[in-house]
Amino acid sequence: MARPSLRPRGFDDLGLRRALGDRMLPLLVAAMAFLAALAGAGAVGAAALADHWRQGAGAAMTVQVPRPGSAATPVAGTAEETRVERVTAILRGTPGLADTHALPESELNELLRPWLGGLAETTSLPLPGVVAVRLAGDGMDDAGFAALAGRLAAAAPGTTIEAHRPWVRRLSLLARSLQACAWAALGLVTGVAACVIAVATRGGLAVRREVIETVHGLGATDGYIAQRFARRAAGLAGVGALIGAVAALPVLVGLANLAAPFTALDEAGASAGQWFAGGQWFAGGQWLAAVPAALWLGLPVLPLAAGMIGFATAQGTVRRWLRRLP
Amino acid sequence: MVRLSEVGLRYGLGGGEILHDVSFAIGPGGFRWLLGPSGAGKTSLLRLLSLATRPSRGSLEVLDTDIGNVARRALPPLRRRIGMVFQDFRLLPHLTAFDNVALPLRLAGRPEGQIGADATEMLRWVGLGAKGGARPAELSGGEQQRVAIARAVVGRPSLLLADEPTGNLDESQAERLMQLLAELNRVGTTVVVATHNDAMVARHPGRALVLEHGRLVRDG
Ligand SMILES: Nc1ncnc2c1ncn2[C@@H]1O[C@H](COP(=O)(O)OP(=O)(O)OP(=O)(O)O)[C@@H](O)[C@H]1O
Ligand SMILES: [Mg+2]
Repeated sequence: MARPSLRPRGFDDLGLRRALGDRMLPLLVAAMAFLAALAGAGAVGAAALADHWRQGAGAAMTVQVPRPGSAATPVAGTAEETRVERVTAILRGTPGLADTHALPESELNELLRPWLGGLAETTSLPLPGVVAVRLAGDGMDDAGFAALAGRLAAAAPGTTIEAHRPWVRRLSLLARSLQACAWAALGLVTGVAACVIAVATRGGLAVRREVIETVHGLGATDGYIAQRFARRAAGLAGVGALIGAVAALPVLVGLANLAAPFTALDEAGASAGQWFAGGQWFAGGQWLAAVPAALWLGLPVLPLAAGMIGFATAQGTVRRWLRRLP
Repeated sequence: MVRLSEVGLRYGLGGGEILHDVSFAIGPGGFRWLLGPSGAGKTSLLRLLSLATRPSRGSLEVLDTDIGNVARRALPPLRRRIGMVFQDFRLLPHLTAFDNVALPLRLAGRPEGQIGADATEMLRWVGLGAKGGARPAELSGGEQQRVAIARAVVGRPSLLLADEPTGNLDESQAERLMQLLAELNRVGTTVVVATHNDAMVARHPGRALVLEHGRLVRDG
């Protein structure tokens, strides 16, 4: 007598292996995960650009002092100073400024040479004094800026501050908009993935309607049936997202290497990069190093997130469907 | 155990009533034949008793629980105490005979060790000990019916409902089934058997509920 084998493990009482066994769901989720990886790369890239701009142009300003060698407005009880010395002193005493550097005339001439040629040294053109300033941390708000401009103008009338603020503000806005678009795309992809999973689950329910009614009639709870579907949907979505993430990897590495000259690596990115490059466990180490750490962390999250979305969506869909049964 | 009063049933919103003003009661350990011409509403009544549908009106009490006043999530544990042999078997086509019989035990969360012994024993009892590995499509109608019977009784239900359980059985198998039902009834299971098999009813006289056009015309 052939003894029937016990198959408690992977026991498929709802026949889901056939109902949701189609290759369609993992493939669709793979496509979603691919798009999500690109959107994530967009978000990370835009953030890096924004940082780059803030630290570069945004963090610097230039103060111009006409007639730098003349005496500054006298202040009782202090020694006489030139205008540029006084301006430099005020700037050094202002909180929120990291580094103040008055350009000596030779340096200034160097900067002007491309425009003036040899004339730079010989001309009697009255050159203004130039003080380069780096902003510390978050820099300075508009009120602080206006107050500083007032104090400088009082000490050395005619002094102007050349800040790159409007320009930087616009670039930051652009970067932030790009980031918002990338997040929106990510949200959209998530929503579409949930819909795809819901449709696939509903298809599976429709195909197995009689079986589910029978199992329900034998006393299966909604939770039991939903759990069966949810586990399967989570598995299929997770595998799909894994495929999508792996497929996105070469694209991300390529994009990161194209973008590398424009976006300085942040520290975390640099360290992850060094880890890959330093390891040299295969020839592509330096290539991989260009991919920011945020993406290295984000890619493995994709299959997990897809699995959770699959689980939650299938749970909700099945439970709602089961409400039609008494 | 089971009590209906003024129960009406309609399928869907547009359809007419299938059962009208059905009232009866069955005590614990009771036995009833359920008789009546085809289309009288026997299966519909068993669907009510098996909690596969709720009455459109009237009050229904099954396993001493008022079904009209009970939360939906309280129903699955009740269903697990009810065994049902469906007229159309309702075996799960992708599962073997063994797994079909084991299903109610698994749903009840019984340890896998007990499940194997009980399901095998039950299959042997209905004469299918050698066919545990076969899928329903590989079984004859009578064999499928016997698997359905085994699945209905394997969990030792308090209430056993059988809808035309001998329709595909030969006379000796039908007799065997009647002995099983009598045995279960003797140990306290409430049993309701819907049938057209007048000869069998004649051989096993008992109280009968007779339906005609959805009305209960006799109880006794
Ligand atoms: N799901 C359903 N939707 C609508 N009408 C139904 C449904 N099931 C049964 N009916 C109708 O209910 C009536 C009673 O059907 P039921 O199956 O209860 O009869 P029965 O007494 O079991 O008949 P039989 O002896 O042939 O099995 C029939 O007229 C049938 O058309
Ligand atoms: Mg019937």
